[in-house]
Amino acid sequence: MENEKKTLLKVDKLVMHFPIYRGVISRQVGAVHAVDGVSFNILEGETLGLVGESGCGKSTTGRSILQLYKPTSGDVYFKDKNLVKLKSEPMRMMRREMQMIFQDPYASLNPRMTVRDIVGEPLMAFGQASGKEITERVADLLKLVKLNPDFASRYPHEFSGGQRQRIGVARALALNPSFIVCDEPISALDVSIQAQVVNLLEDLQKEFNLTYLFIAHDLSMVRHISNRVAVMYLGVIVEIADRDELYVNPLHPYTQALLSAIPVADPVYYEKNRRKVLEGDVPSPVNPPSGCRFRTRCPIADAQCAEVQPELREVTPGHFAACLKV
Amino acid sequence: MTDHLLKVENLETQFKTPDGIVHAVNGVSFTLNEGETLGVVGESGCGKSVTMLSCLRLIPAPPGKIVAGEAFFHGQDLLKMDAEDLRHVRGAQISMVFQDPMTSLNPVMTIGKQLCEPLKLHLNMTDQQATNRAIELLGLVGIPRAGERLKDYPHQYSGGMRQRVMIAMSLACNPQILIADEPTTALDVTIQAQIVDLVKRLRDEMGMAIVWITHDLGVVASIAHRVAVMYGGFIIEESDVNDLYANPSHPYTLGLLGSLPHIEEKVHTRLFSIEGMPPVLYKKPVSCPFAPRCTYVTERCWQENPKLETVSPGHRVACWVDTKSGSKR
Repeated sequence: MENEKKTLLKVDKLVMHFPIYRGVISRQVGAVHAVDGVSFNILEGETLGLVGESGCGKSTTGRSILQLYKPTSGDVYFKDKNLVKLKSEPMRMMRREMQMIFQDPYASLNPRMTVRDIVGEPLMAFGQASGKEITERVADLLKLVKLNPDFASRYPHEFSGGQRQRIGVARALALNPSFIVCDEPISALDVSIQAQVVNLLEDLQKEFNLTYLFIAHDLSMVRHISNRVAVMYLGVIVEIADRDELYVNPLHPYTQALLSAIPVADPVYYEKNRRKVLEGDVPSPVNPPSGCRFRTRCPIADAQCAEVQPELREVTPGHFAACLKV
Repeated sequence: MTDHLLKVENLETQFKTPDGIVHAVNGVSFTLNEGETLGVVGESGCGKSVTMLSCLRLIPAPPGKIVAGEAFFHGQDLLKMDAEDLRHVRGAQISMVFQDPMTSLNPVMTIGKQLCEPLKLHLNMTDQQATNRAIELLGLVGIPRAGERLKDYPHQYSGGMRQRVMIAMSLACNPQILIADEPTTALDVTIQAQIVDLVKRLRDEMGMAIVWITHDLGVVASIAHRVAVMYGGFIIEESDVNDLYANPSHPYTLGLLGSLPHIEEKVHTRLFSIEGMPPVLYKKPVSCPFAPRCTYVTERCWQENPKLETVSPGHRVACWVDTKSGSKR
């Protein structure tokens, strides 16, 4: 089965640096190394989970894939076209195929537009429908995300967080995309509402054969929704594997620490297991450590780790890790 | 009768809003024993923070108003105490750590100055004594080079370190109760684990009681001795931590636990989701507040709000239905 699936998206050595300017003539004095050479594939119909702590570059990766930022270097192939090289109009047409769901359902919907206008805007922008047709399509889309179609004339502030996130999902689906970047779509929601939205995303994936890049910091939810999971630390992918393989048999010390830090809703678990707690904080991406970026917090790092930057290496079939000690 | 450190009875808090009066807390009673950690769990708007803020009279009034209830701390009712006396309790005997360490620290005051403030105020320390104690406190919460870092401003600290400072500040006067209001929600998982471990260590060293407010059932499992689950301004289930996770009884607790993906999930199962959304209570509910979302709902649930009843030793539930057998109580 797996072999028959086509690669939908291929990210190759993606780099995204944000320049820092200082002084009266705004000289560039440095750069935030947000994403520093990230490569992975996503197969059609698959969900790739991208996890990491805040500031590790996971959202920037998602946004640079969609060319919402112009990547510093690297290539992004979507359906065999290199998005980085596309001119603006072909890129615009390409955007119909790839959409995004944002983290904050309060900030990502224009408060002065009605739900009909928000969900219908993509249809209008690409001239796919007009007037009454839009209203009908919007009603269909709202039904799809299990919202009452009569709500179309309301404004975002009349909805709860979970409902707003559904509006965001409806907007993303308006143009029948094949690929959706879900950027922490459930982080801002309450626990009981998170499950509703995750179930909805799964139903829609089955129905429309959608491909997701699911960005999150909640590792248990990522395990639930993803087929494969990539772990990022300070702008690089440190490990990528099938979800069960990654969670059962984590190779990279950072993945191990991250997994052991997940709060588990079971007090008995804490009596049996001792947690590995990482020391210190994530270093600044302006001036990342030499060699392996995790070495400053790594329990097994030695002198070699400061010199050589480890590459992602296939340790067992389909399981890649970037660590000299593995 | 054993002496409880804190005993709250029938607490009711309301907020006046342009849309009407919101009944945020609707008659909450609980106790806290010495050295005990009580987890208060619930979703946003369930009244968990307001309950604890009410106990210290930190509710902005107006629009908030504590309309009924008592909160006994060492035999004194905090809700009726005069303001000057309460000031000596707040920050000294009962202290608080808030969710967002950036907004609860003053950005234009050095960390050292903020740390010394409660020491000078409550313990009448001199500048030198306070500074020494501040260095000691920062060391206690694991901030390296504490002496130099006293001169830094909050923005020079990372999120996790700011939360450590908040904890240091709350511990400055050796409180008997520490109220922690979602102290790790704004932090990354690895930093969250650090903070939870830190608080556990300090609890064991200093022996204070903790009220840990959170929406995260995982964090609570790792730190609490006893857990109270809140919904719609009521405590709907309260139990010893192991018993709560082993025998959750209220349909809401069952739903919350069911909606969490299991980290050791082997086969992909659909998440259980509680349909609908939490209520905003413009009227004090006469029916069970969870009835509209409940799968076990019966006729009686719409007519009478169930009270917390003991179902097994140390385990209290407010529900008309025995969710284990499905029979009515």
